[in-house]
Amino acid sequence: MIFLELFGVFFLIGLFTFGGGYAMIPLIESQVVSRGWISTDALYDFIAVSEVTPGPFAINIATFIGSSQQGFLGALCATLGVVLPSFIVILLLATILRKFSKSKYLSGAIDGVKPIIISLISSTVIMLMVKTFFFGGSSLQSPFVIDRTTIALFLIIFGFVLIYKKVFKKDFNTIGMLIISAIFGLIVF
Amino acid sequence: MKEKILNCLKLFIVFLKIGAFSFGGGYAMIGIIQNEIVEKRKWIRQSEFFEVVVIAESTPGPISVNVATYVGYKVAGILGSSLATIGLVLPSFVIIFIISLFYDDFIKNEYVMKAFSGIKCGIMVLLLTTVIKLAKKMERGLYFYLAFPIALIIMILFSIFLSDFSWISLILIIIGLIFGIINTALSNKKVKKV
Repeated sequence: MIFLELFGVFFLIGLFTFGGGYAMIPLIESQVVSRGWISTDALYDFIAVSEVTPGPFAINIATFIGSSQQGFLGALCATLGVVLPSFIVILLLATILRKFSKSKYLSGAIDGVKPIIISLISSTVIMLMVKTFFFGGSSLQSPFVIDRTTIALFLIIFGFVLIYKKVFKKDFNTIGMLIISAIFGLIVF
Repeated sequence: MKEKILNCLKLFIVFLKIGAFSFGGGYAMIGIIQNEIVEKRKWIRQSEFFEVVVIAESTPGPISVNVATYVGYKVAGILGSSLATIGLVLPSFVIIFIISLFYDDFIKNEYVMKAFSGIKCGIMVLLLTTVIKLAKKMERGLYFYLAFPIALIIMILFSIFLSDFSWISLILIIIGLIFGIINTALSNKKVKKV
């Protein structure tokens, strides 16, 4: 039963990848490529598509494989499969942790992690910028090219947001900013 | 009851927005979620948000799905967590499903790619400003000035030299947790002596 197989394979992928995102690529290669659902080349093409479309990579790849194999119902099974383990584990943990929420040690432990979390987010942002500005966006293995247009557009938007905040004392509307970015993209690239 | 349903609806819409406008994967999404949930809506406090991220990172599955489920549960129980998760997943699902129907045309369409490249610049600006805000708001003692740069350098080195470095973030988080617990134990002792 192909629907059950799609659900099962993506359930396993969801259950056994920590950190999400591209951490699941090795598992996808061993489970999905080996079944002939996608070729290695097409997988890496899709990673590029996933970079420019919103949402978590895990959801994108599950929906894509499911749809390419069995249409809408296939996409639904694969996506449900990849989301469900997270959902169940987190709900269980949330109910357990509620009992410990007053614990001094829990809040102490969280305090210890805060700088680490900020450094994890910072490193992602820095690597994303380095890859986009100097390596054509995909990986550090790609040839080194300075993408002047992208850097210039980034600086223009960044400057605009900073000035807006200084002048109006509030943040520029996020969605508005992204729509303006898309229009700029169509003009300059 | 009415308030709960309203909260669930708001959760759904906010995570729908997050799902539709987050590029760049896990941690990048966290920046956007922090912006919407903690700063704009004030659904959970900054300290609780760190707790959410720690849990999301140390459990299996995509980080943003974990965050959506957990925040949803904190705000409005199981119904809230279901709606938040569905909201987060829906935009990806719909967009990728439509793309998969016209996949070959899509990857060759230059206008789509140009617009997306522009959006990517906007996303990087958004992420950068969020990280700066996050760091500005934190208590920055000696521990912060030691742990932050060390963890940052380790993460960057690992992401340059290793293709699969997802486990290193988990190790760094565990080290942070242990430091935090030791610190609490030590300050407990001090209080007892006084």
